[in-house]
Amino acid sequence: MKNTDRLIKDLAPKKFGKLGVLWTILLIIVSLLGIVAYIDQVIKGQVVTNMNDYALWGIYISNFVFFVATSFVGTVTVSILRLTKNTWRTPIVRIAEIISLAAIIMAGLTIMIDMGRPDRLMNLFIHGRMQSPIIWDVIIIPTYIVLSLLLLYFPLLPDLALLKTYFKNTKPKLSKFYGWLSLNWSGSEKQKSIQLKSIHMLAIFIIPAGFVLQTIDAWLFSTLFRVGWDSTNMGAYFISGASVAGVSALVTVVYVIRRAYKLEAYITDRHFDKLGKFLVLTCAIYLYFNINEYLIPEFTSKKEEITHLNHLFSGQYAPLFWFVIIGGLVLPIVIMLFKKGRKPLPMFIVGLLVVLGSWWKRFLIVTPTLLNPFLPMQGVPESWHHYIPSMHEWLITGGTLAMALLIITVLVRYFPVIPIQRTADEQELIKSDKPIEL
Amino acid sequence: MKGDPKNKRRKFLDKSLKLGLAAALGGLGLSKFASILNAKPESPSGHTMELMDTDGNIIQVDSSEVVEIEHSNDPNISYGVREGDPNRKYVMVIDLAKCKNALKCQTACNKHHYITGDHAWLKVYKMQEDEDTAPYWMPTTCMHCDHPACVTVCPVDATFKRRDGLVLIDNERCIGCRFCMAACPYSTRVFNWGDPGQEVTLNMDMEVAGKPHHSIEYAGMPSLKGTVDKCDFCPHAIKENVLPHCVTACPNGVFYFGDKYEDTVTNGDESLRLSKLLRDKHGYRLMEGLGTKPSVYYLPPVNRLVDFEDGLESFTDYQSVEKPD
Repeated sequence: MKNTDRLIKDLAPKKFGKLGVLWTILLIIVSLLGIVAYIDQVIKGQVVTNMNDYALWGIYISNFVFFVATSFVGTVTVSILRLTKNTWRTPIVRIAEIISLAAIIMAGLTIMIDMGRPDRLMNLFIHGRMQSPIIWDVIIIPTYIVLSLLLLYFPLLPDLALLKTYFKNTKPKLSKFYGWLSLNWSGSEKQKSIQLKSIHMLAIFIIPAGFVLQTIDAWLFSTLFRVGWDSTNMGAYFISGASVAGVSALVTVVYVIRRAYKLEAYITDRHFDKLGKFLVLTCAIYLYFNINEYLIPEFTSKKEEITHLNHLFSGQYAPLFWFVIIGGLVLPIVIMLFKKGRKPLPMFIVGLLVVLGSWWKRFLIVTPTLLNPFLPMQGVPESWHHYIPSMHEWLITGGTLAMALLIITVLVRYFPVIPIQRTADEQELIKSDKPIEL
Repeated sequence: MKGDPKNKRRKFLDKSLKLGLAAALGGLGLSKFASILNAKPESPSGHTMELMDTDGNIIQVDSSEVVEIEHSNDPNISYGVREGDPNRKYVMVIDLAKCKNALKCQTACNKHHYITGDHAWLKVYKMQEDEDTAPYWMPTTCMHCDHPACVTVCPVDATFKRRDGLVLIDNERCIGCRFCMAACPYSTRVFNWGDPGQEVTLNMDMEVAGKPHHSIEYAGMPSLKGTVDKCDFCPHAIKENVLPHCVTACPNGVFYFGDKYEDTVTNGDESLRLSKLLRDKHGYRLMEGLGTKPSVYYLPPVNRLVDFEDGLESFTDYQSVEKPD
């Protein structure tokens, strides 16, 4: 059992260093600034934003779509890699589960920020009508929050029991907390079989739930007439885009945690290599859908479509558009196709690029379409012909992003980011030369 | 596994459930069948009545088959704000041949709806389909669609379609998600981004004199922060048998308002047969291809009585609501 002891010592949650504390304080400050700005918005109304009757949705919505997309990482990595028996996933799945949970919780909060009357939230339940895509969202987001939470929690149980014993003498209070959370886990065969079965069921359930979540998100747009949204491509386009956002977020967070916790022995170059291949695949699929989305309207050249596409290709959104396509998709694909590009550091840089591209991509889906209505924009102030988010919007959006990172940080601080029991079991199995079946 | 008693029981349960289901369905079918067989007409009473059918023919009916029905035009049925008048179907016809962007419609609308924002409910667009075709002025109101995209997507039934054709907003229920605004292809909806600040101009002696109150009847007056507004076809005026403000304000008789069931529209000066007008003058609706089925018809800008250039004088690209200095 010496092996397990070493593992616990390596992987048990540790106190943050100076940098970790600084990082946490920074996140708290940015979150608080966002909260203050939001309170001001509630008092004065959304007049503090730069949205208007044409650009009627702004970065609140695109940020919401980004969070929803990122939460897809729980589905694509955790459950698909599990069901396809990809054993290399072990040291990264928990991080994926944590990101997924943080993102979907923040998605739920972000959509409320966009409401003109947050005080009437209950109307969604009192007067809700099934025909509205917003109600579909109201149903699927809490469902996905619960599934993500359980998918994080159930695999944690054995580790919580281990930590309870580990901290028994040094930190009795923390030990009690872990004991309370571990639900009296003893590691008996019966408990193990129930746990495995539940995780397996969750892994299966979360796939349709994840697909439904992303599709509904796409349908928020494609159920409307607007040019650029009125497309049958949208559901699949959003699912593939979500895989890109999710896996790239995973790559960056895994890299940072590996550095901060010095986990090089557990998260090796091999894992980055595998993640790199996975990310290339998702990026390539997304690029394919982008080609569908932009090239076919360009080919048929309907007047409205061309006006919209010109905004993107050569108009006011061109720099952003080409950054997203080239910097956020094409260049990363090219880099990651090479083995050297899939080393940890290049992967981190590529991951950051793709995350950034994914965030702006949502902005490009929401805003240019709204500024290209069917009837010409007339009789409204000149400033309504453009949309640049206001200070309030940036502060609030920054606050939501900081809160998502804060949730991740807190979970990483108090729970083992790499499954301890599982790693131990796997190492035992490798030693005994038995086929790995977990 | 064959001898497993648990399995046997399961099979038995499974079978008996299926059998039960089949029996229930069969029973249902049989009883339906029986009721059809038994549904003989009541024995004829021998007395017949002479009635006139809808084509004007006199027909004879056995008096046992004549049943009194409730009259749909019962004046005692109370008028529900969300229901509207069941015997009306309000429509508008906008004659583009007569419009010269005098903007009296917009001014009247802004005034009577106490619009304080930057975006009027009624706008007159400067239109030109192509550089080789003639420009024209096109007033737009809410289209009050019969298949309204805004109503379909509203999550809380705050915007609704009435039986008399009006699409209205309950601004005491609206949650401000703006999904309806994104859904409307005519960009007709406006949002109260901040406090509407109507107290300055709002004379609370609207139709219902006395204290300020919220009424969908008056387009949810007064406007509320964080909710959606739009052209309401002036139900407060219709109720008093008065034409909407834009219709009466227009000096050129561009707007015709009326009831499709009565097949009549009027601009205040002349009353016309709606069907004949639309046939004779080639009426059309905006973006018919989207399937929204608007209640607003347009007559094309042909044989114009006014010069397009006359309207340029009052055209303002960046303003639709005049602000007090």
